Amino acid sequence: MFEQTEPNENFASPPKAVHARAGAKVNAGLGRDELRRNGTPRSDDWVDHVARIRDAQDQDAFAELFRHFAPRVKAFLMRSGADASLAEECAQEVMVTLWHKAHMFDPSRASVATWVFTIARNRKIDALRKSNRPEPEDLPWGPEAEPDQEDILTLQQETQALGQALADLPEKQRKLIEKAYFGELSHSEIAAETGLPLGTIKSRIRLALDRLRHAMK
Amino acid sequence: MTTEQINHHLTDDLLMAYSAGSLPEAFSLVVATHISLCDECRARLGSFDTVGGAMLETCGDAEMSAGALDATMARIMKGAPVQKPRSSGGVFPTPLQNYIGGDLDAVKWRPVGMGVRQAILPTSDDASVRLLYIPAGCAVPDHGHRGTELTLVLQGAFVDEDGRFARGDVEVANEELEHTPVADIGEDCICLAATDAPLKFRGLVPRLAQPFLKI
Repeated sequence: MFEQTEPNENFASPPKAVHARAGAKVNAGLGRDELRRNGTPRSDDWVDHVARIRDAQDQDAFAELFRHFAPRVKAFLMRSGADASLAEECAQEVMVTLWHKAHMFDPSRASVATWVFTIARNRKIDALRKSNRPEPEDLPWGPEAEPDQEDILTLQQETQALGQALADLPEKQRKLIEKAYFGELSHSEIAAETGLPLGTIKSRIRLALDRLRHAMK
Repeated sequence: MTTEQINHHLTDDLLMAYSAGSLPEAFSLVVATHISLCDECRARLGSFDTVGGAMLETCGDAEMSAGALDATMARIMKGAPVQKPRSSGGVFPTPLQNYIGGDLDAVKWRPVGMGVRQAILPTSDDASVRLLYIPAGCAVPDHGHRGTELTLVLQGAFVDEDGRFARGDVEVANEELEHTPVADIGEDCICLAATDAPLKFRGLVPRLAQPFLKI
């Protein structure tokens, strides 16, 4: 069931090359130490960028977010079946949404990458599948004006840890998750697939639930 | 709307497919409606979305066109789109209300026999979803033994071989599950039911005509 499609090599560059390219760009744009040794920007820095957009309509912060995320969103959409011009168009729209919804972003519940992913995923369904995306109701409480720094840090660290755990998975399992998220597996294929590392994914759930219950108090 | 005591939840494969954006629209509506009522599944979805974020970070990058940033800033300066309120407080959570055009009193029910009523909601045709209204003590129409079927209770309750399902509970049934859900005697039951099996409405009516006696 899963042997038919190898990832599109045009955009699934080997991780090293990708990081080298992304790293070069981000370094040129930011001129500061935002890269860890493995080339992944620190996600808590992006949290600050979103806050600067929300509080001060900071176009420099937006430009830096754009340089990092827009090419990734474009690549993600092309991997998911969009042609280059549609992917470019949608990536711009995703970044427009990021600006307008900056006040909705809650760094104690999601990293910026997670948030951008959800915006891109919704845009993908609109544009590629031309169908609606029913979304859950918003929580009755919005993001706090000044969320607890420790909450933010914990969440961002957990997110990093999950990202690292995914990166450390055996090749076969990682490819399976990629396929699921690039839309190459249907729901029934996901349901039938026993090789998905659900334990890794679910390690974060308790924290997320605690966070929701904390917010309800 | 997050105070329900929910005992029956969505499966991991449904949450992952919803997060990845690969569920049929009809299933997505049931998932979004359940999550509106269920903090636990909201938290689980958060984990699957985090995986999506990690995939986005590692999927490589495709160079944007030369003027992309300026073009995007120009779009931003045109102003924000009007945002609809996304919290209802009615019987039906907001995602469901969006498909009905209102709450419970706006549903256009059609009788299907024995007091059972249904309203089919418009979605893409890879799966279908409808509201079912089952009078207290009646059997839920037997309609889901092909493909996957999701049944979310919004009012009242039903009981079947898997237990009791009340507001917010969702039953995930596949071809193997043989079940005969019966609405609780206390209150009329309203469910949101989605299936990816082709619907055969004509075949439904005779089965609905069988009164349920063993309450």
